[in-house]
Amino acid sequence: MAVILQQILNGLQLGSVYALIALGYTMVYGILRLINFAHGDIFMIACYIGFFATGILMGRHLPIWLVFTATMLATMTLTALLAMTIERAAYKPLRNAPRVSAVITALGVGLFLEHFTLATLGPAPRAIPPLLPAANYSVGGLTISSVQVVIIVISVLLMLLLDTVVRKTMTGMAMRAISYDKTVVPLMGVPVDRIISLTFAIGSAVAAAGGILYSQAYPIINPYMGVRIGWWAFIAAVVGGIGNIRGAMLGGYILGFVEVFTPTILPSSTYRDFVAFTILLVMLIVRPTGLLGRITAQKV
Amino acid sequence: MMIESRRAPLLVLGTILRTRQTVLLVIVGLALSFFLERSGFVSSYILQILMYVGINIILTLSLNLVNGYMGEFSVGHAGFMAVGAYTASIITVWLFRNQAGALVFPIATLGAGIAAAATSIIVAIPSFRTRGDYLAIVTLAFNMIVKSLLENIDALGGPRGFLGMNRLTSLASVYAWCAITIYIVRNFVYSNFGRAVLSIREDEVASNLVSVNTRQTKVLVFVVAAFFAGVAGALFAHLVQFINPRTFSIQKSTDILVMVYLGGIGSIFGSILGATVYTVLLELLRPLGVWRWVLGPVMLVILMIGRPTGIMGLKEFAGFVPIEERARKKKEGTAVAAASH
Repeated sequence: MAVILQQILNGLQLGSVYALIALGYTMVYGILRLINFAHGDIFMIACYIGFFATGILMGRHLPIWLVFTATMLATMTLTALLAMTIERAAYKPLRNAPRVSAVITALGVGLFLEHFTLATLGPAPRAIPPLLPAANYSVGGLTISSVQVVIIVISVLLMLLLDTVVRKTMTGMAMRAISYDKTVVPLMGVPVDRIISLTFAIGSAVAAAGGILYSQAYPIINPYMGVRIGWWAFIAAVVGGIGNIRGAMLGGYILGFVEVFTPTILPSSTYRDFVAFTILLVMLIVRPTGLLGRITAQKV
Repeated sequence: MMIESRRAPLLVLGTILRTRQTVLLVIVGLALSFFLERSGFVSSYILQILMYVGINIILTLSLNLVNGYMGEFSVGHAGFMAVGAYTASIITVWLFRNQAGALVFPIATLGAGIAAAATSIIVAIPSFRTRGDYLAIVTLAFNMIVKSLLENIDALGGPRGFLGMNRLTSLASVYAWCAITIYIVRNFVYSNFGRAVLSIREDEVASNLVSVNTRQTKVLVFVVAAFFAGVAGALFAHLVQFINPRTFSIQKSTDILVMVYLGGIGSIFGSILGATVYTVLLELLRPLGVWRWVLGPVMLVILMIGRPTGIMGLKEFAGFVPIEERARKKKEGTAVAAASH
């Protein structure tokens, strides 16, 4: 029983990170109908930015919580800027092109980010130093680490914040309006380009936060780390219903549990990718709109 | 009507001539590839690149069938290639214990194609219901599942890979399979089925309404495309004599995509061009080291923004177009010109 509870806790920790990344996929899809396959690699870049930011900040005798906060904010800002640049350079020229062109471009951008990082920084994995106090609390046979608590709490806070932004603010309303009808909304005076840029920025900033949190739990980073995590987050977005923000959160936690519980059901944890992609395949065949997505009729 | 009947013997003559031309071309090519291999006229390095070019032509052409002609979006072509590579290796290494050699290889290659074609049903069935980016995800998931399964089957070497194949692939066998692929794809595209495939690309609902059996057509296209991907996998496995699951990752699928979109969608000549240019280019850029891997994705992005239909872009080298088709196009062209005057 304690083992199961412990695993649930681990699942929550992983699921939080997946949910944060899945949000980026789902927001961009909601607004542009574009599967941004480069998102996982943006997460990887965020981890590298975090790595260099801590490297700069660590030696300056600052209190550790300040280093953590500053790293977090710097990484989120820089990653958001990167994502906005990518959107301007690669996706904007394809706004009116067939969707397939845009999807291929996204795949290309993702591979570019991987190989560019590999070429400039080398294939050697690097370790991000711990920024959170490592304390373990024992609650009824259950070991809870402070890192787990911080990851889950910050993630949930970020998700609540994002949900509020999308539901309550004018920007959020503009985002929802664009995803509803892209031709009429500009006529109402909504600056579509700016809102799309902002969507990329927010989605990537949230993924960057996920990256910093993730690297506190799993400190080893390398140029290809974004591939697997990106795919898992993407599956999370599809399982929850791509385009649906709460769906992405739900999907993230489901995938977190899938990853944690796979070794207890199947012989080895190396089957986890197989399980996740089978879930994706079955989901797409049975219910392509995901758990929380609305089913819309195709207009002819 | 008069023109039609006067044209008829000309058409027959043209067809015979062209058939003879084609047969001659194939025989000369085969002889040349035998010669190149035996004579030591070119280095084994050049020989190897030539074989890579051939394998890539088969891959590109088969993916073009799905992405270019049918307008569906498959991004998991390396998955079929993996199925073919492993099947052929199992046949030659386990079934024949590496003994029968070159005689068994065509059978192993055929078997590889058939195995890959059988797995393509997994992708074809979801394509009945979903199109566009959702189908792209299905094919990607297929690629990932194949790779993940291969990594977990210990008998096949798991992540360490499968080895022990003899070098059975020769330039002549690659050339022969290339010719077969081009021949079948070309005849397929200009057949009645080919028309159905094109109609699905232009408008699926409308083609359904004019009684095109879209399901059957889709299955057929996926099966043919996967078959040749499997063949290419078999040739590849017996060329490098070592395969591991990582060889057949999304990276490989993306490479095939680049070749399709570089050469030109919906064009046989485009596929040959794209595969050749990309393969040779990557070889020439070898001194750049890791940086040459940056090239492919950048090229893909620039192509998508600048010329999403590729160099040939739905156009065909006249030699691949049936003479009847050219006559028809010409007549239509003059009719249009006459009407506009």
